Amino acid sequence: MISSFYIAWRYLAFNKVRSATLVACITLIAFLPMALQLLLDESQQLLQSRATSTPLLLGARGSALDLVMNSLYFDEQVPDVFTMQAAEDIMQSDLAYAIPLYVRFHARNSVIVGTTLDYFDFRGLQIAQGRMFAVLGEAVIGADVAEDYGLHPGDAIVSSPETLFDLAGVYPLKMAITGVLQRNHTSDDLAVFVDLKTAWVIEGLGHGHKDLTSTDDASVIMTRTEDSVTANAKLFQYTEVTEDNIDSFHFHGDLSAYPITAVLAVPDDVKSATLLRGRYLENPRYHIVRPKDVIAGLLENIFRIKSVIDSVIAIVGLATVMAIILVFALSVRLRQRELSTIFRLGCSRMTTVNLIVAEITLIVIASSIISAGLLYLVDANADTLVRQLVLR
Amino acid sequence: MIQIESLEFNYPQGEFRLSIPRMTVEHGEKVAVIGPSGSGKTTLLNLIAGISRPRQGSITVANQRISDYRDARRRNFRITEIGFVFQDFELLDYLNVIDNILHPYRITRALKLTRRVQHRAVELAEGLGIGNKLKRYSSELSQGEKQRAAICRALLPRPRLILADEATGNLDPRNKGRILDLLFDNVASSEATLLAVTHDHELLPRFDRVVDFLDYRNDAA
Repeated sequence: MISSFYIAWRYLAFNKVRSATLVACITLIAFLPMALQLLLDESQQLLQSRATSTPLLLGARGSALDLVMNSLYFDEQVPDVFTMQAAEDIMQSDLAYAIPLYVRFHARNSVIVGTTLDYFDFRGLQIAQGRMFAVLGEAVIGADVAEDYGLHPGDAIVSSPETLFDLAGVYPLKMAITGVLQRNHTSDDLAVFVDLKTAWVIEGLGHGHKDLTSTDDASVIMTRTEDSVTANAKLFQYTEVTEDNIDSFHFHGDLSAYPITAVLAVPDDVKSATLLRGRYLENPRYHIVRPKDVIAGLLENIFRIKSVIDSVIAIVGLATVMAIILVFALSVRLRQRELSTIFRLGCSRMTTVNLIVAEITLIVIASSIISAGLLYLVDANADTLVRQLVLR
Repeated sequence: MIQIESLEFNYPQGEFRLSIPRMTVEHGEKVAVIGPSGSGKTTLLNLIAGISRPRQGSITVANQRISDYRDARRRNFRITEIGFVFQDFELLDYLNVIDNILHPYRITRALKLTRRVQHRAVELAEGLGIGNKLKRYSSELSQGEKQRAAICRALLPRPRLILADEATGNLDPRNKGRILDLLFDNVASSEATLLAVTHDHELLPRFDRVVDFLDYRNDAA
């Protein structure tokens, strides 16, 4: 049998293209469904663990899935914004404590999460290097952000402008990185965290500039009254918060009217949760969702789609196996002369069958090894792949 | 070495029929078989080698009545006792020269592939002038080199009978002489018997005996 394998190996090595094609076909058919299952299992685990650990989520009425995906996994689809007043209402209800989230802006390719320090306690996030943000314009970054961009405490990261040509739009803000979070293998590793007020500064709702009451430059003044001074667009606004200019940063109007995208509501107990949910059942502006239920619905759909994909893969796999059988059957016919030669040299029919079986076995072994290697890679990087491919 | 009695053979389909009342080849003889194309010379070699089986009559090789043997035994006898140099070399294109020479050892249990056999294969190849071509594939060889490789494969198991079917048919006159010299030398050194089919009448004087095939068969077709 060993000689059969040697001869089969020589045959396969000589017919490289044919052998490689067969190996590639079998590898794909074996690898695809298993890799898909691996990634789905990992997705399910990632989605469910995060969703299960988040009791309630308040958002503007609209897509519950968008709200959950944006608030828990920092998906780019931004739900409708609502005011900070909603978070204060929850706090005042004494049924839960509220963690506001404003997930809208980006720095490089990472999402900027505007929130409060409660978020870090709630998620159990620890600082690995440096310290937590303390003042306006400071940021802490997730482990993957630090690794991907080679950032450390003391470096800076600049928010991305929303639109390049909108002069009235969001200007970049250079933020000082004060800390790097410990890796916790969730979406938090991929985010840049700032205080809510910093997020509002990025949006332009808060800003810092020279004191208009004492400026000598008349060209920046549009109107001046006894009570107020209005500047024109020539007024230079700071794009970085520093020790020197931090006092000049200010917000106009009532902060409770400032925008957020979600509120993480952490009820005191089950009863409080039920009461809180009841209060928002008929609310025309807000809805409160249990992320666990939303993700369960999503997973149900994913697995329904997966079963369809499985069926397609099974059909394609069957077709491939039949094609491979056909290839071997035709190959036996094409190799009649060779088979006749080895028969004349003294090869029995059983040995001829052994040779063909050895060829098939080698191809299957090669495919299995490659599939196993690929699956090992997928398994080792499942967490990253899922976050890059599924939870983007 | 070879005794044929009342041999009758025909293919299942087709009108060709071979009939040889009696034929004998002595041990150590170098016999040339001549005859027109289609007269059944190759069929005769296949029958003697046990590749085909006669419908009637008997074939005895080295005192073994192989015509009565079952397929497996006939095959084993062929592998160990008979070296066959095929008309068109029958080298496998996906094997290099040394693997082609050793191929019979890898496809049968009757022959054991040992280091000694591998060493002898290299020696034989060197003796036949293809020692430097052992790693080449058959497509990289000249006709003469292919024929040498085929002869080397046939001689390696030290067969008692060598059957050569147009062993020099594809070669130029210079190579014909060389190949025949090599074949005769090896046959002599291994005290084997040679039965060679040829169309080349210039080579006939070098054989001990020439059998004109028309004397031996009654073609009824």
